[in-house]
Amino acid sequence: MNYHLNFAFVWRYFGRLGWGLALSLELAAVGIVAGIVIGLALALLAQGRGRVVRGLIAAYVEFIRNVPLLLLVYLVFYGIPSAGGFAYDATTSFVITLAVYAGAYLVEVFRAGLDAIPRGLIDAGRAIGLTPWQRTLYVVLPTMLRIVLPSLSNAFISLFKDTAIASVIAVPELTYGANWIYTNTFRIIEVYAVVTPMYLLTGWTLLLLLRQLERRFALRRS
Amino acid sequence: MTIMLKALPFLWQGLLVTLEVSGVVVVTALLLGLLMGTALTYAPRWLAWPVRAYSDIVRGLPLITLIFFVYYALPALHVNIPGWWAATGALAAFETAHVAEVARGALQSIHVGQTDAGRAIGLTFGQRMLYVIFPQALRRFLPPWINTVVDTVKGSALVSLVGIVDLMLSVQQVIGRTFEPLPLYVLGALMYFAINYTLSLLSRRLEARFAYVRE
Repeated sequence: MNYHLNFAFVWRYFGRLGWGLALSLELAAVGIVAGIVIGLALALLAQGRGRVVRGLIAAYVEFIRNVPLLLLVYLVFYGIPSAGGFAYDATTSFVITLAVYAGAYLVEVFRAGLDAIPRGLIDAGRAIGLTPWQRTLYVVLPTMLRIVLPSLSNAFISLFKDTAIASVIAVPELTYGANWIYTNTFRIIEVYAVVTPMYLLTGWTLLLLLRQLERRFALRRS
Repeated sequence: MTIMLKALPFLWQGLLVTLEVSGVVVVTALLLGLLMGTALTYAPRWLAWPVRAYSDIVRGLPLITLIFFVYYALPALHVNIPGWWAATGALAAFETAHVAEVARGALQSIHVGQTDAGRAIGLTFGQRMLYVIFPQALRRFLPPWINTVVDTVKGSALVSLVGIVDLMLSVQQVIGRTFEPLPLYVLGALMYFAINYTLSLLSRRLEARFAYVRE
């Protein structure tokens, strides 16, 4: 083992890692927001609708959940534009993929959340004369969001790690930055000695903050 | 359509590699994961703590980063192992941590009274695990464990990034020759789907079957 550590290159190009991390977080944030919109819409749509609607939603969920994210990223970036004769840049393509991917996981989360709402709450809403819309808006959604909050924060952290896959289509996030420095300077050990703590500390910090949020909004059940 | 049919025999070869990588990882991760899960639940602190650190670090990193690191960093440190083993090993290390957490969850769900009862009738630690705890924890373990198997098959697609010709890379090689990305990516997706959906269904059936009313 005669490997001489030399961090000079890593510090010289640290901007690529710093901005990469920022982009990773941004991608994850857009992914979770878009995923929540898709997941919530589909979970509400699936409630009590006809067989066809529910079948289509189930097909979407099962397809996305059982195919590697890497393949979905390629499919959206290379596959779909090739047939449609249009193109979008890598970042847009990845954001679309991540949203569709997150949506499929979050449909299930929201469906479970809707099932977990105490029946009595909805009956109480009906008893005080709320319309179905009002019941959804003021009773069902606020309660469900508090129930699913822990699952949402887990999904967010998981998406944050999944953004590393964007490096394969040259989205300049953290892993892409790491690979760039490595291929240009060959300082692999040093690069990863810096990138690994960046991923870990960011992930753990997010976890800590989100756990605080969860505790703040946890439902107290008697 | 004809391209999809013509590509099938070639993709089949890739599929076998995907299954091979996944198989090795599933077995390794199961054995090591069970050991670590047991350590997380029952071991004294000096042993449980390093396992906890391992699990938290490995699960906190993106799998792709882990694979790149093991594949490229080991040679830099003059550890020369074949690329196949580096990539498969990285995937195994990742899945081991996940299986360990599943095992820990299953073991912790068993009431502490079961351990006490086993101890009261004079069973050793090994006997308590083998005859009392594991059989009961099994039904809690199996369904989420199958989900880690699905994750393994999906994660194995990342070994294509370090040049292992699995299903994912086979698909891309065919695309490189035919310039028909859409049909081939769809075909590849369907092949992954076929394997994983079967496993998911199995997991759900086991879960339904093992669900039981608690005391």
